[in-house]
Amino acid sequence: MQFSEQWLRTFVDPQLDSAGLGHLLTMAGLEVEEADPAAPAFKGVVVAQIVEAEKHPNADKLKLCKVDAGTGELLQIVCGAPNAAAGMKVPCAVVGALLPGEFEIKKAKLRGVESFGMLCSARELGLSEDHAGLYALPEDASVGTDIRAYLGLDDTLFTIKLTPNRADCLSLTGVAREVAAITGGRFSPVQIEAVPPASAARREIVLDAPEACPRYCGRVLSAVDAKATTPDWMVRRLVRSGIRSISALVDITNYVMLELGQPLHAFDNTRLQGAIHVRMPRAGEQVLLLNEQTVTPSADTLLIADEARALALAGIMGGEESGITLETTEVFLESAFFAPDAIAGRARSYGFASDASHRFERGVDPELARTALERATGLILDICGGDAGPVVEAVAESALPARTPVRLRPARARRVLGIALDDAAMLALLRRVHLHVESEGDAFVVTPPSWRFDIEIEEDLIEEIARLHGYDNIPAVAPQGSLMMLPSTEHGRPVWAARRLLAARGYQEVVNFAFVEEAWERDFCANENPIRLANPIASQLSVMRSSLIPGLVGNLAVNRKRQLDRVRVFEVARVFRRAAEGAPVPGFDQPMRVSALAAGPVVPEQWGERGRTVDFYDLKGDLEALFAPRVLSFAPCRHPALHPGRSAAVRLDGDEIGVIGELHPVWVQRYELGSAPIVFEIALDAVLAARVPAYAEISRMPSVRRDLALVVDVGLPVERVLEVLRAAAPEQTREIALFDLYHGKGIDPDKKSLAFRVSMQDTRRTLEDAEIDAAIEVLVSAAENTLGARLRGSGG
Amino acid sequence: MEQLDQLVGQAVADFAAAADSTQLEQAKARYLGKAGALTERLKSLGKLEPEARREAGAAINAAKTEIEGALEHRRSALREAALQAQLAAEALDVTLPGRGTAQGGLHPVSRTLERIEQLFASIGFVVADGPEIETDWHNFTALNTPENHPARSMHDTFYLEGRDDVLLRTHTSPVQVRSMLEHVARYRDAEAMPDLRIIAPGRVFRVDSDATHSPMFHQVEGLWVGETVSFADLKGVIADFLRRFFETDDLQVRFRPSFFPFTEPSAEIDVAFMSGALEGRWLEIAGCGVVHPNVLRFGGIDPERYTGFAFGMGPDRLTMLRYGVNDLRLFFDGELRFLSQFR
Repeated sequence: MQFSEQWLRTFVDPQLDSAGLGHLLTMAGLEVEEADPAAPAFKGVVVAQIVEAEKHPNADKLKLCKVDAGTGELLQIVCGAPNAAAGMKVPCAVVGALLPGEFEIKKAKLRGVESFGMLCSARELGLSEDHAGLYALPEDASVGTDIRAYLGLDDTLFTIKLTPNRADCLSLTGVAREVAAITGGRFSPVQIEAVPPASAARREIVLDAPEACPRYCGRVLSAVDAKATTPDWMVRRLVRSGIRSISALVDITNYVMLELGQPLHAFDNTRLQGAIHVRMPRAGEQVLLLNEQTVTPSADTLLIADEARALALAGIMGGEESGITLETTEVFLESAFFAPDAIAGRARSYGFASDASHRFERGVDPELARTALERATGLILDICGGDAGPVVEAVAESALPARTPVRLRPARARRVLGIALDDAAMLALLRRVHLHVESEGDAFVVTPPSWRFDIEIEEDLIEEIARLHGYDNIPAVAPQGSLMMLPSTEHGRPVWAARRLLAARGYQEVVNFAFVEEAWERDFCANENPIRLANPIASQLSVMRSSLIPGLVGNLAVNRKRQLDRVRVFEVARVFRRAAEGAPVPGFDQPMRVSALAAGPVVPEQWGERGRTVDFYDLKGDLEALFAPRVLSFAPCRHPALHPGRSAAVRLDGDEIGVIGELHPVWVQRYELGSAPIVFEIALDAVLAARVPAYAEISRMPSVRRDLALVVDVGLPVERVLEVLRAAAPEQTREIALFDLYHGKGIDPDKKSLAFRVSMQDTRRTLEDAEIDAAIEVLVSAAENTLGARLRGSGG
Repeated sequence: MEQLDQLVGQAVADFAAAADSTQLEQAKARYLGKAGALTERLKSLGKLEPEARREAGAAINAAKTEIEGALEHRRSALREAALQAQLAAEALDVTLPGRGTAQGGLHPVSRTLERIEQLFASIGFVVADGPEIETDWHNFTALNTPENHPARSMHDTFYLEGRDDVLLRTHTSPVQVRSMLEHVARYRDAEAMPDLRIIAPGRVFRVDSDATHSPMFHQVEGLWVGETVSFADLKGVIADFLRRFFETDDLQVRFRPSFFPFTEPSAEIDVAFMSGALEGRWLEIAGCGVVHPNVLRFGGIDPERYTGFAFGMGPDRLTMLRYGVNDLRLFFDGELRFLSQFR
């Protein structure tokens, strides 16, 4: 909400400057978002009257004016404004004046004629963008008056951000009441007199939905001049509250809303038929609104109707056909209380918001309707003339919001806030905000005033105590607690360990959006039915990702465009899939994954190491390092994102925990990646599991090594060979490891040679040659029989 | 005898002239070898009278010792020279860059989250976690934000097609409810429930995108429920945290009344640095308050016996302040030129 400090100070005038007042509001929970001066700094500008305006002797477009600026003599001023005319009152910057932008007015010679000052447009004073001519002041403006005083320019426009619980501060009266409560200053509300009826014109009111509208006041005003001019003081206050002046009647309803907080609506009385009904809509009913939008109100939208048709959306927006115009002479003025529940969310469902709905859905004082109607009547009669009929008030007392007393235990307030404020001090604070307080044993029984919708439970009162006592006055203490150690498991490791390990191996962590473009899910995950957002922010952010890989591919593409050749990135995040059961949210599986991508040279280009493009085995090595000392196994697999011959399912202790592979060449081309990246994606819980080490006896006996070179089919996975050898190996075998792979000259093209290192050792004795030979023999025959391998170098 | 002196002088000169160990050994042979000059002389001693033999023998032995000393001296000099030559030949250009791979790094917000977790762990907060596709109940209802509550319009919520009971969580606060329910279940049979202290970092989502808003961003939720927890404790913990996080006492912390449906009293936390580029400006970094009794009830906790405080802060904002980043969107662009600055 925006308002003028000058206006506020007509209700309460604390001994604080603007900055102090702003701080006070902020610390009371009425956060000041902006505090702007009403006009830029300037000085030396006064109200002046043009006494003579002649043509400049040496210039067609200039005028030579004689100006009375209240200095006792007429000033000669050259002026180029087309509207400069004798008799006009305008702002005049006299010699020595300082205009916005530090522009100093000096005696000048224009086309050979001396000029002692400058007549100003609104733009030259920084008041608006209007530069069509001089700023014409009203005829009754007093010559010689400083323009800042005359226009009230030494004002600050406060914009406050109100939380939804403080609807009572959506008016000048509300803010003033709050300022008075906090400063202890005197609150002077506007004095409102009931306007006695001067005509008998009245319109009956029927409350057909009393729960939604328990009070409705209406009044007919006849012989009204809708074309009357809104007085300057009112226009100024409206404009400084961010509301445009439209016409006297509209301006008055807006003014009263700002002043008191009661939204009003003015109907053209001649367009109404019979009694006003406040009711729910009928099937198929439509309303053409003031904003020229036609809506079909939903069944829970309250309407204002007459006996013929629906007129307006109650508390939200008036109708085009029943609204006032400049031709209106008879006004039916509405001032009602609509229940917050009957208004909340409705305007939004039609795609707009209004000042009225904003207030009603948060809560307007249910006792305010008649007072506000009297206030508006008085202003209309003053400005537009006319005769007021009697106030017709329909009320359903039982449906009005009840202000139930709330118990407050001062001891609890002290405990919750951690302060030592005594009961008497609390009582005084509560009374300052017009809460009715009675003592009952060791508690207070507090009844809130009609304008407070936010005091229903004890905590609401504790909050009031905190706010009025001042959050700054609550101490900041180091909490006391019983010291207990936190659990720290060795059966797992923190995610930070995995992150740091990947970072140490050259990967940069990224954070990608959880929603991606639908094509990514289709291409990289073969997911034709992704989890779609109902209200995505953009089409490329419209579905929930089921894999982190596409995001990393996107990162690669972005960085390739920045001429980065070597890209290594990883992400730790959730992926989302539909699930029959799903926990903790039924219907969805949302596991954490860690995914990495590497592309380009395996090491940065350097003098000491020959460049090579990163390949499957580099990434596999990184993945194995992430799990070491636990050992992963790999099996060829098919994955929509990956090259079918260069991808593997990753297993740990028999469970499939993820996938690794080279990006499919089709996607490399389609996403213009240049060269194929290698990626993996693994379940995070598998990465974070850890084993507590257990000691095994170290043998003091010598270890022997034998090398074993086997020739096998070129397509046979090494892991299969190792499986067979390990299964056949006698118990003294410590390790069987591949140390060479050869494929080429001297070997059949459809064969490859694998060289294994076999280490054997017994814990208690030295192994004999014969035993070792026998063990190797066992391994060779297992390989021969199971895999069709043969010993390299042996014939056949 | 003069001859012997001459011989020794000759040997010393020969040894000195030897350029390497081969020449030196050849020179040694000329004097000390089987047919060497000195050996010959020793052999010829037999022809002398015993008296003369003893005298000559002593002289020859003295000469031999002298020659051997010269030989050893020269050997050592040559060894030293050879070593020096080898070392000179092996010298490297130590200014050449080291070999190997480049380091990666953590995301800047991760750095912040890790520090937040560590700081809060030091006063007994454990890390808790919750789903990102969350139920409407956990995200709103259990946080005292019923349907049509004006506070729901404060969040612009992402919903999923075909399901109106779930959404993308708009804050990490639903973890409060999940943690309370778990905590209560764990201590159901215990006489007293120990304090619940959690910190819940995570990703949250709102329909908002501009220079200062991202549709996905980070939050850290904190919650402490116990029998004596007060607003004053909340102020103490937050002020302590901010000074530790920014590693300075040169900042002011302000608690300003605000409104959240799930806390009461509620506050926004502003911080102002007393030096640097942002000197004197109040910067909003978190919302907090005393846990609303309805939320405690939804979490299965008796609000008469227990009280609690909760806060939700923006680690993205904290990261920007800490490292001087001026555009939130950089965190989510995946640009290595940006991310690699935080290694």
